[in-house]
Amino acid sequence: MGSITLEKVAKKFGDVDVIHGVDLEVKEGEFVVFVGPSGCGKSTLLRLIAGLEDISGGTLRIDGKDATGLPPAKRGLAMVFQSYALYPHMSVYKNIAFPLKMAGMDKAAIDAKVRAAAKVLNLTDYLDRRPGQLSGGQRQRVAIGRAIVREPAAFLFDEPLSNLDAALRVNMRLEISELHNTLKTTMIYVTHDQVEAMTMADKIVVLSAGRIEQVGSPLELYNHPRNLFVAGFIGSPKMNLIEGPLAAAKDAKTIGVRPEHIHLSRTEGDWTGTVRVAEHLGSDTFLHVQVEGAGQITARAPGEFTVRHGDAVRLTPDPAHLYRFDADGNAIQ
Amino acid sequence: MARATTTRHRVVVTAAAWTVGFLLFFPILWTFLTSFKSEATAVQIPPAFLFFDWTWENYVEVNVRSDYFRFAMNSVVIAVGSVLLGLLIAIPAAWSMAFAPTKHTKDILMWMLSTKMLPPVGVLVPLYLLFRDWGLLDTRTGLVVVMMLINLPIIVWMLYTYFKEIPGEILEASRMDGATLGKEIVFVLAPMAAPGIASTLLLNVILAWNEAFWTLNLTAAKAAPLTAFIASYSSPEGLFWAKLSAASMMAIAPILVLGWFSQKQLVRGLTFGAVK
Repeated sequence: MGSITLEKVAKKFGDVDVIHGVDLEVKEGEFVVFVGPSGCGKSTLLRLIAGLEDISGGTLRIDGKDATGLPPAKRGLAMVFQSYALYPHMSVYKNIAFPLKMAGMDKAAIDAKVRAAAKVLNLTDYLDRRPGQLSGGQRQRVAIGRAIVREPAAFLFDEPLSNLDAALRVNMRLEISELHNTLKTTMIYVTHDQVEAMTMADKIVVLSAGRIEQVGSPLELYNHPRNLFVAGFIGSPKMNLIEGPLAAAKDAKTIGVRPEHIHLSRTEGDWTGTVRVAEHLGSDTFLHVQVEGAGQITARAPGEFTVRHGDAVRLTPDPAHLYRFDADGNAIQ
Repeated sequence: MARATTTRHRVVVTAAAWTVGFLLFFPILWTFLTSFKSEATAVQIPPAFLFFDWTWENYVEVNVRSDYFRFAMNSVVIAVGSVLLGLLIAIPAAWSMAFAPTKHTKDILMWMLSTKMLPPVGVLVPLYLLFRDWGLLDTRTGLVVVMMLINLPIIVWMLYTYFKEIPGEILEASRMDGATLGKEIVFVLAPMAAPGIASTLLLNVILAWNEAFWTLNLTAAKAAPLTAFIASYSSPEGLFWAKLSAASMMAIAPILVLGWFSQKQLVRGLTFGAVK
């Protein structure tokens, strides 16, 4: 239970192509994250899988069965929305019980399941409250509770953490990951935050302008980006992408090197530059260096690395972690 | 100084509000006073305002002469029945316009409203003939259907504006939770829009209650509502102001009471969902 297959799935809004024939295989029990900049079609793709938008072309299979034209209620999927989308006129208990009531389950069974879910999600004390009386994190838990009680074939998450503050977001991220470890149900998670994608996913799907740029495990994408878009999108801070003579020297149109793969020295190195800004984070120091012939380059240094604005530094990219891209933006192997 | 200006401003605004309120209320007040006068006092010049011999005789006579409760029952059935039937049709219509709009949704809304711009008398003859052929003249059923059709554009418009305030994601969530379209409307949309539906119901009951053109033209005796009851006191034999006033007071009393107790909902209804 819980495999989802997309074959040439396309979506048009009027004459505008939003999703261009996407092929994707989500295996049972996988945690798949759709990531990409806003407007790339990741939420639309999720809504196509959910059935909230009609598929314009191609086939969607859930557990091997054609689900392309099925209404959302018949797909056996549960969704957690960005706005939580709780029913404001119902108590927490009724919110969580709603999908079971719709499924026609008897009251005793509903009660047992709701209480079990509330216990897992620390909501037992809040069952009589309305969503309006809860904090953001609690509302998010209710939304998750409503999704888990019905034991769906897969969970769909549409940017579920973007309305939470930073500290809570990290907590909820861990809770969702733990939930996945416990339930072992397929999850598809949409986010624009590549840190969420890297930390949670078994498999990341990078999307741009309605097309899949690359599919792979977080480390595959980090170590072997297929093209410039993925190289620039995965990793924080972003990979430095350099054109011009420095790239030509390596037989490429563009070269890329991550901030953590640059060796810094005051005395010797391949490239010479001037420190513009030094950001001291304690554990690390990020230097934004103006390098001749390359523009601004970000480099990571140890926390104790003390330099100031205007200091001259020398940078050496790690040859083992230097990426080369051709004129079309594809990686040269 | 700023404070003094504010106080004066407030006094002026309050006085203006009371003046306008009194002017609007005056016809009802005057009808009320006239209904307690004798026919002679009612027409005397200069008119008596408060100091006259208060009498119940008009109410007694109106009750003796005609069967108030039969008219009142007809009014209740026609007004409430037509609005309930209208809601049954308008809720799905407003749902589709608010949550599944197409390119032409706005045009359809305009077109529906445009039917209210047609002078009713323009369709009186064809409608009368249809009613005659279908045996609907002077029946409650016929009037319920006509009043429903008359108010349907307003009911759809009002519900549409209320439904627009409800986030679509909540309805999508109910679909993901396994709700069919019917259950989505009954369990999620209707309870969330309950205040809006209530004020739509109230306002349209009042409109239907006071509607006189169709009720007077399509009824005779059996299905005649309170509007016909009032009209029966203005006859070719002459106007009986005091009795007419007493009949009017009795006709508007139920709706006045209803309106008084639901003021809050009504204000919401009259502002068409602009107030949260």
